[in-house]
Amino acid sequence: MSNELVQFLSVVAPEAIVGTGICVVLLAGLFAGDRARDATYLLSMVTLVAAAWVTGSAAPNGSLTGGAFVVDSLSVVLKMFAYAAVAAVLVYARAYLVGRRMDRSEFHLLVLFALLGIMVMVSAGSFLVMYLGLETLSLALYAMVAVERDAPMGAEAAIKYFVLGAIASGCLLYGISLIYGATGALNFTDVAAALQTTTGARPLAAAVGIGFLVVGIAFKFGAVPFHTWLPDVYQGAPACTTLFVATVPKIAAFSLALRMLGDGLDVLASDWRFLLGAVAIVSVVVGNLIAIAQTSIRRMLAYSTVGHVGFILLGFASGGAEGINAALFYTLVYIVMTMAAFGLVILLSPAGQEADAFDDLRGLNQRSPWFAFLMLLVMVSMIGVPPLAGFWAKWWVLSALLDAGQLSLAIVAVLFSVVGAFYYLRVIWLMYFEPPAMTGARMAPELDLRLLLSVNALLVLGLGVFPGNLLRLCARALGAVSG
Amino acid sequence: MALHLAIVLAPLAAAIIAGLFGRWIGRSGAHCVTIAAVGASFLMSVIVLLGQLEPGALPQNETVYTWLVTDGVRMEIGFLVDRLTALMMCVVTFVSLMVHVYTIGYMHEDPGYQRFFSYISLFTFAMLMLVMANNFLQLFFGWEAVGLVSYLLIGFWYTRPTAIFANMKAFLVNRVGDFGFLLGIALLLASSGSLDYATVFAKAPQIAQQTMEIAPGTTWSVMTLACILLFVGAMGKSAQMPLHVWLPDSMEGPTPISALIHAATMVTAGVFMVARMSPLFEYSETALSVVLVVGATTALLTGFIGVVQHDIKRVVAYSTLSQLGYMTAALGASAYAAGIFHLMTHAFFKALLFLAAGSVIVALHHEQDIRRMGGLRKHLPVTYWTSLVGSLALIGFPGFAGFFSKDALIEAVELAGRAGASYASFCLIAGVFVTALYSFRMFFLVFHGKERLDEDARHHLHESPLVITVPLVLLAIPSLVIGWPTIGATLFAGYFDAAIFVMPGNDVLARLGSDFHGAGGFLLHGLTGLPVLLSVAGVAAAWYLYLYRPAVPEAIATRVAVLHRLLVNKYYFDDFNEKVLARGARLTGGALWRFGDVAVIDGALVNGSARLVAWAAAIVRLSQSGYLYHYAFAMIIGLALLVYWTLGGV
Repeated sequence: MSNELVQFLSVVAPEAIVGTGICVVLLAGLFAGDRARDATYLLSMVTLVAAAWVTGSAAPNGSLTGGAFVVDSLSVVLKMFAYAAVAAVLVYARAYLVGRRMDRSEFHLLVLFALLGIMVMVSAGSFLVMYLGLETLSLALYAMVAVERDAPMGAEAAIKYFVLGAIASGCLLYGISLIYGATGALNFTDVAAALQTTTGARPLAAAVGIGFLVVGIAFKFGAVPFHTWLPDVYQGAPACTTLFVATVPKIAAFSLALRMLGDGLDVLASDWRFLLGAVAIVSVVVGNLIAIAQTSIRRMLAYSTVGHVGFILLGFASGGAEGINAALFYTLVYIVMTMAAFGLVILLSPAGQEADAFDDLRGLNQRSPWFAFLMLLVMVSMIGVPPLAGFWAKWWVLSALLDAGQLSLAIVAVLFSVVGAFYYLRVIWLMYFEPPAMTGARMAPELDLRLLLSVNALLVLGLGVFPGNLLRLCARALGAVSG
Repeated sequence: MALHLAIVLAPLAAAIIAGLFGRWIGRSGAHCVTIAAVGASFLMSVIVLLGQLEPGALPQNETVYTWLVTDGVRMEIGFLVDRLTALMMCVVTFVSLMVHVYTIGYMHEDPGYQRFFSYISLFTFAMLMLVMANNFLQLFFGWEAVGLVSYLLIGFWYTRPTAIFANMKAFLVNRVGDFGFLLGIALLLASSGSLDYATVFAKAPQIAQQTMEIAPGTTWSVMTLACILLFVGAMGKSAQMPLHVWLPDSMEGPTPISALIHAATMVTAGVFMVARMSPLFEYSETALSVVLVVGATTALLTGFIGVVQHDIKRVVAYSTLSQLGYMTAALGASAYAAGIFHLMTHAFFKALLFLAAGSVIVALHHEQDIRRMGGLRKHLPVTYWTSLVGSLALIGFPGFAGFFSKDALIEAVELAGRAGASYASFCLIAGVFVTALYSFRMFFLVFHGKERLDEDARHHLHESPLVITVPLVLLAIPSLVIGWPTIGATLFAGYFDAAIFVMPGNDVLARLGSDFHGAGGFLLHGLTGLPVLLSVAGVAAAWYLYLYRPAVPEAIATRVAVLHRLLVNKYYFDDFNEKVLARGARLTGGALWRFGDVAVIDGALVNGSARLVAWAAAIVRLSQSGYLYHYAFAMIIGLALLVYWTLGGV
């Protein structure tokens, strides 16, 4: 092989492995027939492990085509986290898929496609590569929502998601074109350099472009007013899809925001910080308010996501490395917490039905005290009570805001996270103080599911008691980017 | 360090085993494991003490674990082991060991057997943490932990309303003291920037220079204020007036607890703490005067109450109060070593007296009223003789342990030239007579005279089992002899030089020591002193009043009815607390609850804001219509706003 090819492969090796894994899973799904149920699951897992191994062993510095595609410590950390999260999703989803006879290769395939998109976004060094990754991810997500072909709710949600996603995508692309027009560059470093040299008047085209970019970012995160797809998708999609949609793509969203705005458009930071701050604070307010009026767990969690996303964006809006660090920490903690919450929703969904109404949580403590306790941990963490991980996540965002002198934003954020405590506490109330609605037998889920949920929820506690390691990891990942 | 850690952790481990796994290891398992642990702690403490006694042994100050560092303040777990600590460790573990053994006999019918052993082991752990601390945080931890165990043990028989009342009372009164203690620690932290003893002590001269304004126009020395606040804590824990009210009620707990916690160890924590803080107290003449006056007042006034009590344990409890007053007064006279010396001897003979009282109580099937005892000498010979030793030690009969410590203490206070010293010295000397009176009143009423027992009790009367009498004998020995070998070393030979700091001008013990020529000489000198005469007179008065002419006390009581009522009602401290403080607090609380909580907070703020939020949620929810074009429209509006802002350049 030529030297160039070796160098190329060494940089994109993880993506290449996932791509190969996709082909293998596709073929296995086609030819293995009914035996595919385990084959595609195991092959997906093998793909993840191989990708993780390659990602971990490669040096965290490298780039392709003049910096359009980069491997740095941030991309390594985010990819590793994505592998772990996807693996968890696959374990959570397994029993659910078997119970609904959906355990053909489609779901696994789509998850891997989405992962590939996420990986490309995480490593993107230019607007175009970022957009490429985003589309790969989005198309996989649309299909994943509709993976249960006969379910009308799923189809409706997928259509809504697709149409709104297309609008957001269009906005993003238009924003990219404006920035290209203003700077003549697509690579983030080139854009930053070009903006640096244009002294004097603010380049208006780039500034307007930022407005369009923020639409794309806010849509991917699910921030108000670009959040409208969230509740319908969370409710309409199969629980395993919701689990995925709610968690792993947020890694990509973080990279989208950080690399486009933080790396590429740092010169115009005061512009995008203001826009993100506005979107963020409206999200915190609206998300927490509407969540109160919900009677469905999934819709409640959807609006709770909106509220959390508001906090993540507040981290960006506060400016400075500290705020970005807090945002990354919050993103990772959010994924762990949400994963556990939807894991429980999956657990509560008996074969052929979907757990959705609050009634399913009623008296959970009597039916299975351990799971009720785990859910209690997750809910309390989402409120932001020490010593759980959610507390530190909120704490660092707020302290970054205060350091940046954004006192009013911090006060509103705190007030509405107090409002948010209401609906999390209602879940706890239902689990512990209400009699069970149905006299169902004790739940006896599979061992792997039980173990994973326990580890997942206890991780929320563990990260809360020892937040230092994760925080240091975040700081290290980000240190390389800004440096 | 490993040795120190093992001393502390052994009782904790035993407490956890007996507490959490009591059902599996059974009764004998529970007492075996706790006794083994405390016994091991005791032996290791003796090793530590011997190590400290070697010539040239230095105090060991070590950090075990840094918990957290915030704003430059280090919060650590650490041990400061010097001679003061080593002595306290030995006393604590020895008495605790005796009480553990004794408990086997005393509690053998109780259903809470394992729980009891778990608590007393836990107490031993907490007390060791307290005395071995090298920083204020750990001191406070130990302080609160012994308070907690005390609370749990006073209410050990939690089905008795009186026990619940007593433990609540102990807890609340101690809160008052602990509040002052915490403020004192906070003030020291604020003025020195550290929680570490060594650092704070090193900065004591600078702190003494600082002043602060509490109310506008009044200037206070920071050191005086900090020391008085710390002493408020000591007043709570060591039951000094007016925070003494909880100690007599704490007798609702099982008797071994009264011996261990409410006589020998926990209540002396305040005395120990002030001695430990001598490098601070020495810089404040005012604070030392406060300590002196409070201690002397407590010593005399609580002794009087002891004369009119009928419950055997309460008599001993008031005697404890009075003796704690003596120790405190010694501290106030800068004779810290004398205070600690009395603390040690007192720990032995007071534990002995309590356990003897417990032996009587067990023998009489939980009868505690001394009016229904009498003539028990021939039925309970071991208890009788050990009680006699304890009582003689308590009143300071020449040659007994209490004589050396109390006589030295009284002479030291006489020599102190500080404000209030002559008043204190009067109180303490008068107290000697009162001590002898109430001690031998109880002794005569219980063991001599006519038998006033119930038929039923008389029928079952027999000497207590060995697990009860052996600890009595083992405690009687030091009560008898511990004064001889230790007085010279502890008081005059500079035993505590490395642990206790005394200003050269304040060193009364040194002045006393110039006349000291061995324990025998001290004894001869004491024989001719006023205190010994007074204690003999006290015994004689008790004999005359309660054995020879039992009608006289009644006659006196009716003749000076006002005084008698004052004593029976314990100077009305309890009534004042209940009627004025407690009721006042409840009325204030009730008013705040009705107007503040129910009307303003619940009504307007909580329910009002909840209604507001619900209303807002219902409105905003309408935006989620489910129609795709509404959603798209919302996005477009959002985009328009964003672009407008970028154009406007906000």
